Amino acid sequence: MALDDRKSEFNFVGTRPDRPDGLDKVTGRAKFGADAYAPGMLHGAILRSPHAHARIIKIDASKAEAHKDVKAVVTRADFSDKPEFKPGLEGEFWNVLENVMAGEKALYDGHAIAAVAATSALAARDALKLIEVEYEVLPHVTDVDKAMAPDAPVIREGAADYSVPAGMHPNVVRYHESGHGEVEAGFAEADLVIEDSFATEATHQGYIEPHACLAMLGNDGKGELWCTTQGHWYAQKYCAAALGIETAQLRVTASEIGGGFGGKTTVFIEPVALALSRKANRPVKLVMSRSEVFRATGPTSSASMDIKIGMKKDGTITGAQGIFRLQGGAFPGAPGDMTAMCGFAPYNLTNVRQVGYDVMANRPKQAAYRAPGAPMGAFAVESVIDELCKKLGLDPIDVRLKNAAHEGTKANYGPTYERIGLVETLEAAKAHPHYAAPLKPGQGRGISCGFWFNHGGETSVSLALSEDGSAQLMVGTPDIGGSRASMALMAAEVLGIPYENIRVTIADTATLGYNDVSHGSRVTYASGLATIKAAKHAVEKLCERAAVKWGIPGDAVKWEDGCAVPSGPNAGDFDPMPLADITADMGATGGPISGHFEATPEGAGVSFGTHIVDAEVDPETGKTSVIRYTVIQDAGKAIHPDYVEGQFQGGAAQGIGWALNEEYVYGEDGRLQNSIFLDYRIPVASDLPMIDTVIVEVPNPGHPFGVRGVGETGIVPPLAAIANAVSNAAGVRMRQLPMSPPRILAALKENG
Amino acid sequence: MVEVHLWSGLRSLTGGQQVVEVQAATTGALLRELVRAHPQLQGPIDAGVSIAINGRIIASGLAEPIPEGSEVYLMQRLRGG
Repeated sequence: MALDDRKSEFNFVGTRPDRPDGLDKVTGRAKFGADAYAPGMLHGAILRSPHAHARIIKIDASKAEAHKDVKAVVTRADFSDKPEFKPGLEGEFWNVLENVMAGEKALYDGHAIAAVAATSALAARDALKLIEVEYEVLPHVTDVDKAMAPDAPVIREGAADYSVPAGMHPNVVRYHESGHGEVEAGFAEADLVIEDSFATEATHQGYIEPHACLAMLGNDGKGELWCTTQGHWYAQKYCAAALGIETAQLRVTASEIGGGFGGKTTVFIEPVALALSRKANRPVKLVMSRSEVFRATGPTSSASMDIKIGMKKDGTITGAQGIFRLQGGAFPGAPGDMTAMCGFAPYNLTNVRQVGYDVMANRPKQAAYRAPGAPMGAFAVESVIDELCKKLGLDPIDVRLKNAAHEGTKANYGPTYERIGLVETLEAAKAHPHYAAPLKPGQGRGISCGFWFNHGGETSVSLALSEDGSAQLMVGTPDIGGSRASMALMAAEVLGIPYENIRVTIADTATLGYNDVSHGSRVTYASGLATIKAAKHAVEKLCERAAVKWGIPGDAVKWEDGCAVPSGPNAGDFDPMPLADITADMGATGGPISGHFEATPEGAGVSFGTHIVDAEVDPETGKTSVIRYTVIQDAGKAIHPDYVEGQFQGGAAQGIGWALNEEYVYGEDGRLQNSIFLDYRIPVASDLPMIDTVIVEVPNPGHPFGVRGVGETGIVPPLAAIANAVSNAAGVRMRQLPMSPPRILAALKENG
Repeated sequence: MVEVHLWSGLRSLTGGQQVVEVQAATTGALLRELVRAHPQLQGPIDAGVSIAINGRIIASGLAEPIPEGSEVYLMQRLRGG
């Protein structure tokens, strides 16, 4: 998309007005997924597999169906693998259906087997006990390395695609290899080569709001769905296909969302609630418990990684190689390719090779979690760079600056970078008082860089002006990070009316064109670009209407500071006409004034960050305290800096949890051992220091205001930065996450 | 002609070539011509690819122009959270 109207001076963008959803959220007025009710509503509950891997021999639901409170029972037979109105489900769509409701086999502990709708939530849960399932328990595997071993049980024969080299285990379903130069020659040039292996456990996105929905579907094929989601057009498309109805006949409304972080980019319970509703002919509400969220919704992949990097005494990296094995549950989709492409992306490398594996295991289907795949790769790569710096006596920021990618660098994944801001983040880190602050005994400092691609995606926006000069903006990307505020600021900038005069609504699927999911850090970029274009479309009409009122040609009017003005001395001598004076009688000058824009913007612009962390390790207990944390990241242009800082801080906070405590713990039986927040420990306020932020602004050439997405990059450096800080504090290299107290004590003991 | 750089995992589908030449002025034409020259690339292209033109990553658009002399890389389709 050509951008010939770049803007660098702003009146509204870059200010910090109040958030539009603040009052709703602090007063409890905001309606989340579980806050919807309908007359005659039933409550759904889902029966889940207690086995990690089992063939489903028989499901007998007759006793449940006979219960007076039960109005419907559904199993996989109630879904359509081959919908009437569209081609049969295949690829990822088929995988999602298989995850929503098991077919021939239960593939993980917690996999949905059947569901009931009853007159109360309690009755529905009780009725699950009346469903008799006969299983043939099969051997299972939950560890990524064991799942690749020759003797591992095969989870699904034939799931591998074209990319997998011959001879690999059927659980290896995709393979990625890329790079350039000759890594062996690079290692030969090095003064020091370090080769090491690393592992990370699966973690959950940990959103506070569990999945919840209210579904109504009649036998006429017309339906309504209210749900908490990052993408209601995806939910519409997917549910319509799985239920065998026309997409346009299902209207989906996104609720207020209590966190998503990538985990709500797909569907879990929505098709089940719709199927129950169709069978019962009543509305059905389904709300997951926290335990269901942990057992059956997307955690991240777990990973096992081998890194080899060669460095000269002056800090020049001469060769780099990474092998990244990611386990993504019992379905293809682990982002081994992303991990491979992102790990070395911050560096200007002559010789680099990266390999990624997507491996299936008997765990829930992995879902995206902020920059999916990138944090674990950064942990492994940046740990080895830190170790090289230490052994060669080099400053970790100087070494990163010496090797930093910049405009014109050939990226490790191939193309040449456009204007990027990594060097600026490193220079800001070096100049930051944090980096020069003294450390006490027992404390260590860690540095890491991180990279993420960002995304554009299908986007539709409509803007409608009211007679009093206020504006309604309809976007289709659920607000997961403050986008209603940033959209209003961008519209205000173009229209020249106050931020407070613009109300932004997340439109439902019946009132706006298709929108891709809120993912890939795309919303402020893509919906923002579409908002700017829609506002400009409205401004064109405002100029035409002013021209009608003045009796001059439309092209003799231009827009300045919220007013129509004559474009030059020859256009006539008229006072500036404010927007509200034009909208006041717009019905008489041509009709309602709106602006629209629909496109798939293709200029998201990649993003980099650098983090500095100080950690203190208690050698008696193994407990780590993060005592100081600074996030520095390129935002391109921060539209609402409060929210940008919030994204930076949120990434760091989640990264602290991932690095220090969070992990999926599986027993020998393949069952998840810690499916509640008491046992799965996310950071709480008292675990966190104040997280300082520095916004670097190197404008993205692909956005009219220079925006780069900021939602994901912030979680890429923390695992590595914290691991480097902990390793420096403890005096021993930590190679496995989380660095929980028992692991630290074991490492200290091993180190003597 | 456009020189298209493939990721190295695709070499097994192009007879060992990591750079292939096709005649194309847009991203859509490029994908069509790639499959015509190397039918085995249909699988990865159907699975989803992005195209980087002079460093700008085109996630899915088929109508993006490819200026003469551009640096062109085929990439696996990006996903986000």
